[in-house]
Amino acid sequence: MPTTELSDLQEMARQIRRDIIKMLMISKSGHSGGPLGLADVFTALYFDVLKIDPKNPGWDGRDYFFLSAGHLCPVWYATLARRGYIPLNELTTLRKINGRLQGHPAPAYTHGVPGVEIASGALGQGLSVAVGCAIGLRLSGKRNRVYCLMGDGELDEGQIWEAAMTAGHHKVDNLIGIVDRNHCQIDNRTEKVMDLEPLAAKWKAFNWDVLECNGNDLGQFVETVKQAQALKGKPVAILAHTYMGRGVSFMEDDYRWHGVPPSEEQGKQALLEISPTRLGDFIEFEWERVAVPVQVQ
Amino acid sequence: MAKFISKELKATRLGFGETLVELGQENPNVVVLGGDVTGSVRTDLFMKAFPERFISVGVSEQDMMGTAAGLAVAGKIPFASTYGEFAVGRPFDQIRQSLAYSELPVKICASHCGITVGPDGATHQSLEDIAIMRVLPHMNVASPCDYHQTKKMVRATMGLKQPVYLRFFRDNTPVFTDPSAEFTFGKADTLIDGSDVTVIACGLQVWEAILAEEVLSKEGVRVRIINMHTIKPIDKEAVVKAAKETGAIVTAEDHQRHGGLGGAVAEVLAEKYPAPQEFVAVNDTFGESGNGYDLMKKYHLDSVAIVDAVRKILKRKKYH
Repeated sequence: MPTTELSDLQEMARQIRRDIIKMLMISKSGHSGGPLGLADVFTALYFDVLKIDPKNPGWDGRDYFFLSAGHLCPVWYATLARRGYIPLNELTTLRKINGRLQGHPAPAYTHGVPGVEIASGALGQGLSVAVGCAIGLRLSGKRNRVYCLMGDGELDEGQIWEAAMTAGHHKVDNLIGIVDRNHCQIDNRTEKVMDLEPLAAKWKAFNWDVLECNGNDLGQFVETVKQAQALKGKPVAILAHTYMGRGVSFMEDDYRWHGVPPSEEQGKQALLEISPTRLGDFIEFEWERVAVPVQVQ
Repeated sequence: MAKFISKELKATRLGFGETLVELGQENPNVVVLGGDVTGSVRTDLFMKAFPERFISVGVSEQDMMGTAAGLAVAGKIPFASTYGEFAVGRPFDQIRQSLAYSELPVKICASHCGITVGPDGATHQSLEDIAIMRVLPHMNVASPCDYHQTKKMVRATMGLKQPVYLRFFRDNTPVFTDPSAEFTFGKADTLIDGSDVTVIACGLQVWEAILAEEVLSKEGVRVRIINMHTIKPIDKEAVVKAAKETGAIVTAEDHQRHGGLGGAVAEVLAEKYPAPQEFVAVNDTFGESGNGYDLMKKYHLDSVAIVDAVRKILKRKKYH
């Protein structure tokens, strides 16, 4: 059963941050910044918000979650492991040959992971899929909800706005779109690469309701989702303001951490900053067994 | 004596539209996505019959493919339809990731394919779609030769667990297949048996091949005609058998010569049973405006072109 005490959720988010760092140190490839920034959102979704059954990922009554920005998957894999969809030790296989944890996510029936409904990685496609799924569920008279998480850099893709228009037109109110608003994309800050503002006004103009919150404040994010669930007649966009690289001082709010893993030294430093939790790591590195604890500055 | 007779002209796209309504009556999960050309691709029939199951996405083909994928995830049976060029060229990345890689059983039904769409000109003449779709893993590709076969093919997609691309045409074209003939994806129909040469055709070129055979049979050439309605997975057995028994292959299609039916047949021959092959296809060029049949003639896609190709390959066969 999921834990819903705020302090427990925060402990879980911290552990997921440690998991992300360790996964990336092992894979030596993958995205650090976005996943760390989303640990709170994913913890909130999978341990509080979503109606799901990890033992039966295809459960008919489940809420559907789509990760449109597939490169953020390290946080998804860590969360799925912590929630019981996949074994914890499978996190050592990120981006490895013959594994299921593809560099960008694929569904179980393709050779990916249970809990993943559809492939993503090429940006901008997930919202269309989520809209289609929400319309399909509504046609079947089902009350399941659909959630779609998008990156803010991803909003440069025209298809996002095609899908936004479709959702607004069809008044798809069983859909909640979450935008990871961290102002960072590969090349630079979003303001430099492609200015998205006024972002809330854009979604409103496409006939969505818009809510904003601090996406690194777990309690606030859960409350905002509850508000979104109560809104009727329109799809809802939640602009979740986060910091890329949250939890690791030298990564925080720095777009250069979009697509690179930490080096061994950087990983060690990151793990020191994100102190261990009572939940325990999925792997203990050799150096952790012999290392003398170093004081964090 | 003609072995096949066309008593009427009817569009393949009409067969598609009518069958959608039948399937809609039979299965409440059938849904249709519209991209603002519903009257043209004949999904208007479904829209009128089942307005609640008709989902308009506007002129946004990329969104259409993604929305179709989501509907499939939710357990629906989506048919996404627009003009060939916009069903394939525009949303390729969406088809690749959200449908093919994700292996979702969406039916992409494209009308107005080939050069015969005519007056609209090159921008609307989809001549690359078979090649583009055929290269995708998990994707099935098929093109019916007439109205009756379209009806059976559309119905047969209901049994597919993978995505499929179907290719229809705008014009009213000869209706000549037996409505009671069996249809199986991946199993070619041998329409006329012969031992000198085999014409392997798909779509509108199947009828052109029949017309060509009438001319050639009078000259004593025994032509085998295979309707290769499924281009992927291709009926390798039928291709190899034809190569073994007739020793010469002509392929015919309303498509570019690179990567289409001709390419698919050549791949089988090269690997399994090398034989000389002639390609009746658009010769690496874009089309232009004009009447559909005039364009078929000008771009060497009609029965005359097939007769020429057969004569040519018979000469090559002698020295093979």
